[in-house]
Amino acid sequence: MLAYLRRRILQAIPTFFGVTFVAFMLILSAPGDPVALITFNPQASDTGSAERLRRQLGLDQPALVQYVYWLAGNDWAQVDSNGDGTLDSPGTRLGLLRGDLGNSLKHRRPVSELFMERVPATLLLTMSALVLGYGLGIVLGMLAAINQGNIIDQIIRVISVIGNAVPQFWLGLLLIIIFSIQLDLLPMSGMRSISSRGDFDILETLRHMILPVFVLSLNTIAYVSRFTRAELLEVLGQDYIRTARAKGLPRNRVWWRHAIRNALLPVATFLGPAIGTLLSGAVIVEQVFSWPGLGQLTINAVFQRDYPLVMGSIVVASIMFITGVLLSDVLYAVLDPRIRLR
Amino acid sequence: MRSAEVQVAKLDHAEEEALLHSRSLLSDAVSHILHDRLTLLALGILITFTLIGIIAPPIIEGPLGIDVNRTNVVARFKQPGVDGFVLGADHLGRDQLVRLIYGGRISLAIAYASSLGIILIGVSLGLISGFYGGIVDDIIMWIINTLSAIPALFILLVASAIWEPSPEVLVFILAMLGWFGTCRLVRGEVLSIRERDFVLAAKALGATNRRLVMAHIAPNVFSIVIVTGSIIAGNLILLESGLSYLGVGVQPPTPTWGNMLTDSRNYFATGVHLVLWPGVLIVITVLCFYLIGDGLRDALDPHRRH
Repeated sequence: MLAYLRRRILQAIPTFFGVTFVAFMLILSAPGDPVALITFNPQASDTGSAERLRRQLGLDQPALVQYVYWLAGNDWAQVDSNGDGTLDSPGTRLGLLRGDLGNSLKHRRPVSELFMERVPATLLLTMSALVLGYGLGIVLGMLAAINQGNIIDQIIRVISVIGNAVPQFWLGLLLIIIFSIQLDLLPMSGMRSISSRGDFDILETLRHMILPVFVLSLNTIAYVSRFTRAELLEVLGQDYIRTARAKGLPRNRVWWRHAIRNALLPVATFLGPAIGTLLSGAVIVEQVFSWPGLGQLTINAVFQRDYPLVMGSIVVASIMFITGVLLSDVLYAVLDPRIRLR
Repeated sequence: MRSAEVQVAKLDHAEEEALLHSRSLLSDAVSHILHDRLTLLALGILITFTLIGIIAPPIIEGPLGIDVNRTNVVARFKQPGVDGFVLGADHLGRDQLVRLIYGGRISLAIAYASSLGIILIGVSLGLISGFYGGIVDDIIMWIINTLSAIPALFILLVASAIWEPSPEVLVFILAMLGWFGTCRLVRGEVLSIRERDFVLAAKALGATNRRLVMAHIAPNVFSIVIVTGSIIAGNLILLESGLSYLGVGVQPPTPTWGNMLTDSRNYFATGVHLVLWPGVLIVITVLCFYLIGDGLRDALDPHRRH
């Protein structure tokens, strides 16, 4: 098991560096002059002070050098911190690898600080959606398999097909119209009410979570229920199930001990991809429900051309995804010894 | 005794018939689809939408003389059916039905074009990766693993915000960031087909690599590719509408089903019809693509059917 864990972590490392490289190159390829963005002055590019600022920020350096500084910091290298054209003093950045993602251009605060505030909200949203998606999906899948071919099976199939075809933002808008505006039952946005004055109130947060979590989990519910149904039917047709029944085991025991356990094993492989889908979906759902998470932060950063923040978002979202996939692989290896021995 | 003989003769006759009328995979699939009413319905709806997208705009601009982007303050939030606005008017008084037609044209064109791009990239790289293996395979798989470790919407959001896409650029972005799954799928298929006996036989007969790939392996991934192509097109409609909704897709005033919903949040009270219709059309279109994908899968896979 430890060997498997070590191997999986080692595999994740080059992926992580690849992601940082992609994020960096994506932003580097953006049209427009960063100096003009920082000074909020489109004409600033050619002036002498712009040249100095560019040297101070290290933007005159080759792309690869900039990448290394962003990744590993520049406190160990000589940089031109006063912009006079000579590389004479060590830099101040610690670099991504030591948790320093630079400063946000808009918020004028360390990017990592902003993430500390926003990531928990996104985690809360996606993890709840994951639990709901898997829970409801498995239950629906089991119901469909038991009722194979009859009306309940048909209804669940229709739900799961439509669940995949409905755009999340649209469903969110409809639910807001129905439950927040027409019926006035649930709050339409945010994580807490204005009247709660910032105190953390678990009931209040739960009430705010109902709609976004449901909307976000719909994809997962749809996929997991279909997957569970298919796997269960497959398992129920196996010889060992007939054997178990033939040797006189009660139906319930065969169902729970023999069928469900084996059928759910493959469903667990979908955990990794599901986390990716949920993180992607969170961007849209957070926007619809004004949920103060990473997705919303990223969208705003993208529109404000806040490039350090944008690069950081890509990296942080990917770290969450890579970690999620890693954990689900490990979980799967725990559940199924055949995987880790391969 | 005698009746048994007759039966045998009949059987032989039937077998002969079957041999005489044996069909190719393609004609077999076509005849299967012709009997699959749900798939036919989906196909019909999709063709109708596509044709409307092609035919309607010249008529709307010509004889009807309506400009899709011209605003009309008097007609703001006209309810459906009032004053000739069949599906009502939006917050700037533009006819919603007309905008839906134009939006559908763009959404569908983007979906068709980018799924074509995804198929082309995914299939070629998948064939190369699966057939040649070695370092090429390693490099391609590393690229895929890296890029698919970034949650899709984050990288799409950033890429399309940076380049402020026209529809053409958006197609390019969607294709460049969407081929990973197809490539993996094709590669997996090729890896298994490559080991089959008929490939070995072809090799023994002296077939070149090029011929092995093009004449023996590629046709065998054809059906799986066509099925995924249809499902990918459905996903792309969703993705494009999501990006447009976030404001980084095709920019207003050019309508797409997604960006028609962007502002609708502010008009809940006055214009529920503005929230309803673009979404309904998205759902129908995506469903059609999915159903066609399912139908094609059944039609193209003789094993699955029986």
